[in-house]
Amino acid sequence: MALFQLIGFGPTGWGGLLLLASLMTLCVTAVALLIGAILGSLVAWAKLSGSRILRTLGGTYTTVFRGVPELLIIYLVYFGGSSAVTAIGTAMGYEGFLGLPSFAAGALAVGIISGAYQAEVFRGAYLAIPKGELEAAQAIGMNRSLRFRRIIGPQVFRFAIPGIGNVWQLSLKDSALVSVTGLADLMRTSQVAAGSTRQHFLFFIVGGCLYLILTSFSDRFFTSAEKRANRSMPTSLGQA
Amino acid sequence: MTPTTLNQTGTTMAGTTRLSVRNIRKSFGTHEVLRGISLDARDGDVISLLGASGSGKSTFLRCINLLEIADHGEISVDGELIQMEQRGGKNVPANRRQVDRIRSELGMVFQSFNLWSHMTILENVIEGPVHVLKRPRAECIAEAEVLLEKVGIAEKRNAYPAHLSGGQQQRAAIARSLAMKPKVMLFDEPTSALDPELVGEVLRVMRSLAEEGMTMLVVTHEMSFARNVSNRVIFMKSGEIDSDGAPDQLFGSGGSPSFRQFIGNFGG
Ligand SMILES: Nc1ncnc2c1ncn2[C@@H]1O[C@H](COP(=O)(O)OP(=O)(O)O)[C@@H](O)[C@H]1O
Repeated sequence: MALFQLIGFGPTGWGGLLLLASLMTLCVTAVALLIGAILGSLVAWAKLSGSRILRTLGGTYTTVFRGVPELLIIYLVYFGGSSAVTAIGTAMGYEGFLGLPSFAAGALAVGIISGAYQAEVFRGAYLAIPKGELEAAQAIGMNRSLRFRRIIGPQVFRFAIPGIGNVWQLSLKDSALVSVTGLADLMRTSQVAAGSTRQHFLFFIVGGCLYLILTSFSDRFFTSAEKRANRSMPTSLGQA
Repeated sequence: MTPTTLNQTGTTMAGTTRLSVRNIRKSFGTHEVLRGISLDARDGDVISLLGASGSGKSTFLRCINLLEIADHGEISVDGELIQMEQRGGKNVPANRRQVDRIRSELGMVFQSFNLWSHMTILENVIEGPVHVLKRPRAECIAEAEVLLEKVGIAEKRNAYPAHLSGGQQQRAAIARSLAMKPKVMLFDEPTSALDPELVGEVLRVMRSLAEEGMTMLVVTHEMSFARNVSNRVIFMKSGEIDSDGAPDQLFGSGGSPSFRQFIGNFGG
């Protein structure tokens, strides 16, 4: 009984906070995915470009941010960002430590990592576009930007959906690490509840279940998006 | 040679010169694929380009709409010379806008159709007119429907390319090109990727285009098309024009020994 009250929505229950925390986790991940999409498409473009310098830079980005532990990057962004903000504050005459908002730092850090994975997804998706379709676009007189908007963009998007779904799952789990900056996400709130009620097992189980609910819902979302995007594919593939 | 002199030579002939190619050369690495090819196509000409595989036919066609950039030579479409310049020791188009515009005036039909797979057949056909020519959508749809009717796939307008047979896809690709109202149509082995039983339906569409007076350059291995539909046959050998003439003349007694040997391989 008492246990149910603890995770319920009553005055002594943690239900409401856990729900808010789940929402926070979703928000951090969504913003991170967006940042990652922007960084990822830039990096993918660099890796596909004709310039050797850009290709090397793009390659370095993916190697570094896929190779270094996520937690280290989060610390780097949070403390690095905070000292940058503090330095600017000092320059402008403000005394003392200025923290980077933990939401922004977390979303940026997870976004940077997610960008490294998304770059690979976008690059693969671009390479999956039949070369002849790009030639047909050139041959009909489309300029570069029109080709990108009408032919490349929509197809990269279509081919990238399954891969982006995977990156989303990764980012959702990476976002738990953001709790080290004090952001009241699902991980952090589960920890706090566990500590203050001394029901560690209960709250970590509940937290785990909530993560599972988030991931399985997003899985469904991406699967149906994939189906929709593949309606133009041969039936055998469209149903796969 | 300037565009005006080309115009003059063009107008002294029976019809306007739609396409003029002067001394095109192209190498891939050290391999010289085109060794100086010239050709004039007048309004309504249907020119078949024949030749053994590897003789440079496709490369020549692709140089005309700059999918490949020739190392040397001049190309004019309807009297307008495509501006080229030397950059870093290479011959490159001087004006991207001009290239895009000229391309929009040249229809290209590929061996592998190359319809945009994420668009329906109707969307494929209106894409160019709506987005490249920036014409009103409703008008383009109306025209596209007439074109789809003409190539015999009106009932497939809302299907995606992957759900069509090869012959249907190629007819849709022809409709897509026609929707741009091109001055010249380039066909790059349009029936080579098709099952034998689907070749006829595509050739019929091409034949009716020829009869309507479309100016066409067709790389093909279909001897019957070259012989019966085109009014001129060009036989290429190792990147050069070996024989050039009316089909009756070439297929009669006028062809070179190489041409005789080539058509001999087709049982002709
Ligand atoms: N992009 C390319 N890079 C290198 N070699 C090429 C390329 N395209 C064509 N070639 C070569 O050019 C020659 C002529 O090819 P092609 O124009 O396709 O001949 P055809 O159409 O008469 O069969 C072939 O030897 C081919 O291997």
